Amino acid sequence: MIAASLKELSAALGVKKVSSVELTKLFLDRIDRHQPRLNAFITVDPEKSLAQARAADERIARGETAPLTGIPVAHKDIFCAQGWLTTCASRMLSNFVAPYDAHVIEQFNAAGAVLLGKTNMDEFAMGSSSENSHYGPVRNPWDAACVPGGSSGGSAAAVAARLAPCATGTDTGGSIRQPAALCGVSGIKPTYGLVSRYGMIAFASSLDQGGTFGRSAEDLAILLGAMTGFDARDSTSLERPREDYTRELGRPLDGVRIGLPREYFGAGMDADVRAAVEGAVAELRKLGAATLEVTLPNTALAVPAYYVIAPAEASSNLSRFDGVRYGYRAPEYDDLVDMYCKTRAQGFGAEVKRRILVGTYVLSHGYYDAYYVQAQRVRRLIARDFVEAFKRCDVVVGPTAPSVAFRIGERVSDPVKMYLSDIYTIPANLAGLPAMSVPCGFGAGGLPVGLQIVGGYFAEARMLNLAHRFQLATDWHTRTPPAYAEKA
Amino acid sequence: MSLRIADIRRIAHLARIAVTEAEVAAMQHQLNGIFGLVEQLKAADTAGIEPMAHAQDVMLRLREDVVTEADEHQRFQSIAPQVEADLYLVPRVIE
Repeated sequence: MIAASLKELSAALGVKKVSSVELTKLFLDRIDRHQPRLNAFITVDPEKSLAQARAADERIARGETAPLTGIPVAHKDIFCAQGWLTTCASRMLSNFVAPYDAHVIEQFNAAGAVLLGKTNMDEFAMGSSSENSHYGPVRNPWDAACVPGGSSGGSAAAVAARLAPCATGTDTGGSIRQPAALCGVSGIKPTYGLVSRYGMIAFASSLDQGGTFGRSAEDLAILLGAMTGFDARDSTSLERPREDYTRELGRPLDGVRIGLPREYFGAGMDADVRAAVEGAVAELRKLGAATLEVTLPNTALAVPAYYVIAPAEASSNLSRFDGVRYGYRAPEYDDLVDMYCKTRAQGFGAEVKRRILVGTYVLSHGYYDAYYVQAQRVRRLIARDFVEAFKRCDVVVGPTAPSVAFRIGERVSDPVKMYLSDIYTIPANLAGLPAMSVPCGFGAGGLPVGLQIVGGYFAEARMLNLAHRFQLATDWHTRTPPAYAEKA
Repeated sequence: MSLRIADIRRIAHLARIAVTEAEVAAMQHQLNGIFGLVEQLKAADTAGIEPMAHAQDVMLRLREDVVTEADEHQRFQSIAPQVEADLYLVPRVIE
């Protein structure tokens, strides 16, 4: 049951082979057993989860089922869920019980899904290793000495270790795709604007996009169908008709043109990652796709542009944490400004402070044009690179991350080295394009490698088709870390 | 470009984050590393390129000028650090 697809779980629930309560208990039990080692969750509340599971069982008994009815879903602790502690892995929100639901949570509730727990992450989604958490680092199920990637590392680790059938995440610069790659699971960030940001705690609003982790591309297609949709409370939510993202899964790959960006296959990628990615490209050719070299000439400028734009937006967004309306307030202070300064000094961790300071500086008087406006111009150059590439190909394929999972502690003292983990994922965020990662092999130390697929705007169904056909022909996505592959 | 200790203190104050002596030194080192990366932007030829603020060039929506939200201030204030008579309490600002 722990290795079953969402379709299989839904079918088993439908014919009463298993109840939602039983399924929820199964995963709660696995979380309980493995949490001490993995630290993938911040909050688990069996009573609340089981109440939802009982309600789902009643729905199923009445025959009112949707594809996710009764399915347990873990949510990144960035999504507000009414009555649930919602911390964003920060001391600043360590006492914040959300008074309302995020749109994403509303959608899963409406579908009859069960909230299995809130997953650990980098504080305010700032990081690539899930080490920057007030609740301690998340560990990689394939090797507990290594990071799971970040910032949605708890969600990726939970799905990899079969502590949850699926999980949500957010992706501002690679925070779904990079941990999916490092943990050996599938993950997708749709086109910017498809998933509402309402109730999703803001980091960099022009880049933040919700998405999901699952066992397979097929699972992602089902999840995406549930979580996307117009929401008037997000000013950038797109008014588009609902899509069935599973509609093209079965289509053959004959004639699909895959662009291989020269810049993604250069010197920056480790040899073990290259071998796995090239193997996957060869497999896609065998399945009928044609490959051609494309160029994204401004790729090297993506990380520098991102580290102006994202901190600038973060410094503005995080100014709301002032110890007045909710969250942490310093216990002692002299006056109002002192209260702000101490609350924020004590409430934020080191990486969050670094980014707020970078953002404050680039937005300050005299530097705005040199940094922020220049970064926005470079952002357009990067988006144009993709527009040019997509004139010649349907999707772009390459590595998700330049290396397999690195060791916990290895990069914490060197922010720039940590930032470069996201060199292949950041461009899609700057351009607002949909992008995903699927497992495509193993590298050094038996650690997973991810294949990144980037599509044009709203090309999710086509990307999922490519990933699904790849997964029908390969079994990388079915591999389970040995310590978590017990029968159930 | 290189940020000095005084710059770090000024930025930290603008950001309303109290910093200790040890933190200022560490932040100076790390921020200069980050700006070393960011400086690469200066070499990019962006003449005539329109700044891109957003992924989708969409217009902000207009809505009817009517009240759509219920007054829930008590529920939202119940999680505030200090509230009295429906007001958020902060240290005295005006003597």
